Amino acid sequence: MAETQSNGHGYVGTRTIRPDGVDKVTGRARFGADFNLPGQLIGRVLRSPHPHARIVAIDTSKAEALPGVKAVITRDDFADQPSEFIPAGEMMMNYKDVVRNVMAREKALYEGHAVAAVAATSAAIAKRALKLIDVTYEVLPHVIDVVEAMRPDAPVLHDDLFTAGVEPKPDKPSNIAKRVEIVLGDIEAGFAKADVVVEREFKTAPVHQGYIEPHAALATVSEDGSAELWCCTQGHFIVRAHCARLLGLDIARIRVTASEIGGGFGGKTVVYLEPLALALSRKAKRPVKMVMSREEVFKASGPTSGATVRVKMGATRDGKFVAGFAELKYQAGAFQGSPVQPGVMCAYAPYDMENVKVIGYDVVSNRPKVAAYRAPGAPISEFAVESVVDEIAKKLGLDPIELRMMNAAREGTKAAYGPKFGPIGLEETLNSIKKTEHWNTPLRKWQGRGVASGFWFNIGGETCVSLTVNEDGTVSLMAGTPDIGGLRASLAMIAADELSVEYDKVRPIIGDTGSLGFNFLTGGSRSAFSGSMAVVEAAKQIKADCCARACKLWDLKPEQVAWERDRVRPIGDVADKAKPMSIADFAKVAGKTGGPIVGYGRLNAQGAGPSLGTHLVDLEVDPETGRVTILRYTVAQDAGRAIHPAYVEGQFQGGAVQGIGWALNEEYVYGADGKLQNAGFLDYRMPVASDVPMIDAILVEVANPKHPYGVRGVGETPIVPPLGAIANAMENATGIRFTELPMSPPKVLKALKEQGVTAK
Amino acid sequence: MAKHHVEATVNGDAVEFLCETEETLLDVLRDTLHLTGSKEGCASGDCGACSVTLDGRLVCSCLVLGCEVGGRRIETIEGLAEGEALHPLQKKFLEHAALQCGICTPGFLVASRALLERNSNPTDTEIRYWLAGNLCRCTGYDKIVSAVKDAAATLRKG
Repeated sequence: MAETQSNGHGYVGTRTIRPDGVDKVTGRARFGADFNLPGQLIGRVLRSPHPHARIVAIDTSKAEALPGVKAVITRDDFADQPSEFIPAGEMMMNYKDVVRNVMAREKALYEGHAVAAVAATSAAIAKRALKLIDVTYEVLPHVIDVVEAMRPDAPVLHDDLFTAGVEPKPDKPSNIAKRVEIVLGDIEAGFAKADVVVEREFKTAPVHQGYIEPHAALATVSEDGSAELWCCTQGHFIVRAHCARLLGLDIARIRVTASEIGGGFGGKTVVYLEPLALALSRKAKRPVKMVMSREEVFKASGPTSGATVRVKMGATRDGKFVAGFAELKYQAGAFQGSPVQPGVMCAYAPYDMENVKVIGYDVVSNRPKVAAYRAPGAPISEFAVESVVDEIAKKLGLDPIELRMMNAAREGTKAAYGPKFGPIGLEETLNSIKKTEHWNTPLRKWQGRGVASGFWFNIGGETCVSLTVNEDGTVSLMAGTPDIGGLRASLAMIAADELSVEYDKVRPIIGDTGSLGFNFLTGGSRSAFSGSMAVVEAAKQIKADCCARACKLWDLKPEQVAWERDRVRPIGDVADKAKPMSIADFAKVAGKTGGPIVGYGRLNAQGAGPSLGTHLVDLEVDPETGRVTILRYTVAQDAGRAIHPAYVEGQFQGGAVQGIGWALNEEYVYGADGKLQNAGFLDYRMPVASDVPMIDAILVEVANPKHPYGVRGVGETPIVPPLGAIANAMENATGIRFTELPMSPPKVLKALKEQGVTAK
Repeated sequence: MAKHHVEATVNGDAVEFLCETEETLLDVLRDTLHLTGSKEGCASGDCGACSVTLDGRLVCSCLVLGCEVGGRRIETIEGLAEGEALHPLQKKFLEHAALQCGICTPGFLVASRALLERNSNPTDTEIRYWLAGNLCRCTGYDKIVSAVKDAAATLRKG
């Protein structure tokens, strides 16, 4: 069989209506909390009021005796797990910690840590039952701040935590879980060549992913141990794996269906309620539904790290970066596993530098265990570096875009973290920003303009999809990665183009864990990248199968038949021997040519191309109140190839606005008592519509050669540049270099007063 | 205490239900009437995902008690489309890709309709301030504002 690339109707690159759209604008789409089962119980979690306490005893007898209570679970309902690190996408995980995070064992390690859970016939009874659980705590001293947690006299969270990555191995446990380091070249030699050196320390606050949908799970476990689970997650195969492990069930016994997901941004890549709902249902022998309150989401699900970062960079007089050093201290929360590793790797990734050294520390403290948040770790370290880059530009009297251009990583650049880059689009994004009308518009007093670039790796990973040609020629597409923002549309467009069928004739669904092979989760900007590769693979199988069927029907040899453009055709000498057949034609004769026509794309996707972007922001500072208003914002980012440009723009815009929140307002505020003081949307202030302007999006397309359509992941990079861009604009507006996030009104006002920069 | 017996109108249909005093209108809509299009994002009136109109006034249904709505007219996302035809706001949200995950979308649509009923030609600023009670974490609001403007233009043409 011969094969030529088909591009069918050319849907890729157009703005189709998403297949799941009507359900989402009519209220029909079912999200995590929208599922119910007959006879279901309501589950609720008892959470620690203390940031750090030994759990001496838990007496559940009174709660169990309350009429309507059907099950109570505690640490005793979960077998302990051995300590063993296993790769989990962009991060590592350890089931010894996971089992302790879903249900406290020896100690409660943060305010909000789950201590027990109940299932009852109503929410009111469940709530009453929680009050009847008697927990004896021995309250321990706590530590919240990352620098304090690193001190030798700090309260130690884990007696068995010895800093990894240092020689000799420490003889005492501490809160420093590990030290990581990357080195390229020789920074001492590099700094010796520098004409200008800038060194600064930065601080960022922990911020929450802020998805609008709280975590929710509905579980039912039958008497024979088979379990079904509906939940909102970024990866139902991962949920299945974690729950099987924590509950001691065979993987084949658990079927997980991902509901529609109301935002995740990395925060729904781990389990919280799911194993509890299953354990309660196993005990009660009835379905159990659990939904977190917003307060629980803030207190007990992962924010990302706050951090302290020191950056020192050197450059020559003409602007060449000759050395970069950084030291990153990231909060991990109560268990190790902050995103400090990717933070270390990304810090200098946008630049072509010969001498780089970055050291990172992963530090535990009495806060909720951090979870991934969009380009985990990168916004923090790149904020610090981009701030220093801006300062170097100012010292040297260079245009900040020109300075970045001069040092930009490009194809062939060896990154400090290891690889040599293939084609990447940083220069193109800088160029397109420079050409905007935005860049060339004058500003007024108290207004400032800032620019910053950003880098994220992107990943591929295990992916499996099926394509089924139905009897009427329509196509059913099944993917196994939850659709968090337009995945179905993207995959349907690829399938339609590959098989030359109309877009509306392809119906994509997200299959449950019993319907497909293993899929890694929606994260790492991988789902459209890897999913489309799998769709291409599945379509290839279908086209090959149809060619084989045509050989039989037409009595021709394999080399006399090929898929060309939009259908199977006889080729060469026999080109007029038979009428070419489309996918719909084969559908009609599927039965008599070998049965169902199905393609199964399965792969461990490799070759995810990094995506780089540059952001440009104008803002205005109110010297009376310290409030900062974002006036104008432009994003330029390399998408490789935008399958659906509107959803790619949406990723750029949404990431930018999350970054604006991170830079200006969002933070976890703790009291001296170690308790979170702003566990609600009123006090944890995310950007609302009136806080932000339109976000101009420029799609740069430098094709990724490792993907059949040139696609790169786009979802994470957009949150990387805003922090630096806004800090740089603040410096431009006020002359003050802000090194601490968020740049909230009280901090801005204080800085203006201290620096004597006041309203005239 | 006995449950409250309440009669009201939801999306034009007469409904009656029993509810506890502490149950919110959102609880009643979702758990008793099985209208799960209204979402609970915060239960404190800060996110707008549960937006409905009560006698034409935009409210967070998580801040209204079920026992308060006797004799009143409630409109939810499930009543936005007219028969088989999507409301222009629904069409424009789809055309502009004004949703990513979609959890906030019902609230935004209900709130936007309430805006356009009062102001058929809102400015960007008026749209942004009217929708400031609805949180969206995915889109950055850009495409939502465009969709509402475009829908307003369509509605003005009649």
